[in-house]
Amino acid sequence: MDFSYSEEQQMLKESVGKFVRQQYDFDTRNRIAASETGYSEENWKLFAELGWLTVPFAEEDGGFGDSAVDLMVMMEEFGKAMLLEPFLPSVVLAGRLLAALGDARQKEELLPALMTGNLQLACAWAESGSRYNLANVRLSARGEGGNVILSGAKVNVLNGPNADKLLVTARESGAVTGREGLGMFLVDRDAPGVDVRAYANMDACRAARISFNEVSVPESARLGKPGGAYEALERVFDHATAAVCAQAVGALDALLQKTVEYSKTRKQFGVHIGSFQALQHRMADMFIECQLARSITVMAAMQLDSEAPWQTRSAAVSAAKSRLGRAIRKVGQEAVQIHGGIGMTDELDVSHLFRQVTGLELLFGDADYHTARFTRLQNAG
Amino acid sequence: MNADFSPEDTAFRDEVRDFLQNEFPAEYRGKVDAGIRLSKDEIVHWQKILYEKGWAAPNWPVEHGGTGWSPTRKHIFAMEMGLIGAPEPVAFGMKMVAPVLMAYGSEEQRQRFLPDILQSNVWWCQGYSEPNSGSDLASLKTSAVRDGDHYVVNGAKTWNTYGQYADWIFCLVRTDTTVKKQEGISFLLIDMHSPGVSHKPIVLLDGHSEVNEIFFDEVRVPAENLIGEENKGWTYAKVLLTHERTNIALVPRSTRRLRALRRAAASLDDGQGGSMLEEPVFSHRLAELEIELKALEYAELRTLASLSVGKSPGPESSILKIVGTELAQRIDEMFLELGAYHSLPYLPEQFDEGFQGATLEPGGLAGQGLAYLNDRKLSIFGGSNEIQRNIICKAVLGL
Repeated sequence: MDFSYSEEQQMLKESVGKFVRQQYDFDTRNRIAASETGYSEENWKLFAELGWLTVPFAEEDGGFGDSAVDLMVMMEEFGKAMLLEPFLPSVVLAGRLLAALGDARQKEELLPALMTGNLQLACAWAESGSRYNLANVRLSARGEGGNVILSGAKVNVLNGPNADKLLVTARESGAVTGREGLGMFLVDRDAPGVDVRAYANMDACRAARISFNEVSVPESARLGKPGGAYEALERVFDHATAAVCAQAVGALDALLQKTVEYSKTRKQFGVHIGSFQALQHRMADMFIECQLARSITVMAAMQLDSEAPWQTRSAAVSAAKSRLGRAIRKVGQEAVQIHGGIGMTDELDVSHLFRQVTGLELLFGDADYHTARFTRLQNAG
Repeated sequence: MNADFSPEDTAFRDEVRDFLQNEFPAEYRGKVDAGIRLSKDEIVHWQKILYEKGWAAPNWPVEHGGTGWSPTRKHIFAMEMGLIGAPEPVAFGMKMVAPVLMAYGSEEQRQRFLPDILQSNVWWCQGYSEPNSGSDLASLKTSAVRDGDHYVVNGAKTWNTYGQYADWIFCLVRTDTTVKKQEGISFLLIDMHSPGVSHKPIVLLDGHSEVNEIFFDEVRVPAENLIGEENKGWTYAKVLLTHERTNIALVPRSTRRLRALRRAAASLDDGQGGSMLEEPVFSHRLAELEIELKALEYAELRTLASLSVGKSPGPESSILKIVGTELAQRIDEMFLELGAYHSLPYLPEQFDEGFQGATLEPGGLAGQGLAYLNDRKLSIFGGSNEIQRNIICKAVLGL
């Protein structure tokens, strides 16, 4: 058992930490959020140059090693800074799906472009009735003259507005919630029949509701075996969920730190509000939540990198996301409450952090969903 | 970072597991499983078995007869002990007074006291709290006045766990009333068999008297029993409080109890035709506790790991006390609720040695109602959880 960072992880942490501290202050972030694409193309190129876009990929795919702990180190820093660049949706989610399901030709064509910052991807998985169940897919895929026709709609396609290509889950056979019969297809964002309605989410990251109206793609656009995408999908989402936990850990630490600092400067009744025990103990509880959130996120990342059976690894991820959901509620709400009125304002970064963590709380499943998934995995074992 | 035990540590775990399976007496194991308290003789007997194996003091340095184990091995040992329900060493000697002796005692004091602690020949208890000094411990009033080569001690201590068994007590006593309250306290070892020492049992919520009030009436204590310097006792006591934070989180115990809770829930009717484990609300809350335990376990492991590279346990470890005790209490609540009417019988004597009647509760539930009552102490003792939050605020958050 070893809880220390390797030298490489230490360097990665310093490199990402330095970037967010020096080049990603709150004002800069606000300017990026207000821009056309909602992220900085310049930053994206820099990430590629620094090799960050290779981190979640295996060495045989040209990546840095695909370690969940490496990813955790980066995501935590990104969370502190409320990073807007689509690292999670394009690289961690869609990129890893491509690496997991794609054949040699598909990977060769797309992965190098992704890792050099020349390709943006998005994964279209959620539908209006699916909630957090990855297998619940109504969007249909049917063969027609050697092509596949996709019909249906997806919601919350993160990075959808900026993606060159979409990875789309589709029902090829079986029941709506069946794990069997779930397929995955690569679709050009600009293909005929693809209708993208772009918007920004609570965390200022861009997303889209996308309709697929009889969209025709060739068989070669299929990722993985017909109807056989579910298992890879679930594993990739487990990794992405652990990454989201790490992002939240960074953001929660920032919320705690800002709240404690504020309580030491804000004066009421002639004294700093941090001298009131009614507030002190609540900040102590925020600290406890941050520590538990960090500990269980470390557990999930370590388990993902271990040789444990997948059921154990998935249970660890669900345990983490469940616990993070509760920590986010507690720390986020208390941060706003202790700041008082100023915590409600758009002017202060606290409100932006609160929106970010609230988004992370729901993304890939809330506390109740993951507690139930944890129970299912426990009982199956 | 990696979560796996090394092959050597895995082999060590197997060795510990085998040893406990074979050497922890089946009779004691049966009692622990049934919630029956082990007697003093049984606890001492078990400690001596551990001593023979060389495992009596996992946290002591080798030079004093400890194991010299890595934090990982200490964790493994504590976990295996907890899983089988084997009692830990009585903390007052092994984990409280011994580290103070090692750090601040004279060579003569170490020679005199440590071997008997290691071999469980002498039973210690703690003399900190007083009837009017709880969380504000430094306000304590028990006085020790120097008279030649003795101190004359007068006053009362309270909440002395197993004080009725104790041969010795380590006490914080007031040796100077003219200075700031923390600066007039000394650390004194007192023979419980001295003339003028008496005790009175205190019956608690669960009907059991595991704690006592102890009275000192003109008790003459040889000055050689003073630890370190006069009026420096508060410093030594604080070191003690932050020194032994291992297992303060109760992770092994909570692991064992959550497994037992899951088993019991599977075997008990929900009253609607299914088992309690299938009852969705109960099962969801059980999972939440299992998840909390994982977070706590990794919080503890991270704390232990930071120790192994030479850092001292910080005030961050206060979170282990808060979260560990509050989780243990939430497990008790789940047992209480699981038992429904079976949690109500109030028969404290059924868990004492020699009880002849039959227990009233179905399997797995014996004593759980009383355990709920008894464990309310967890968030009060060892520095109440509010005091722990004060420590976090002051020492970590700088408030």
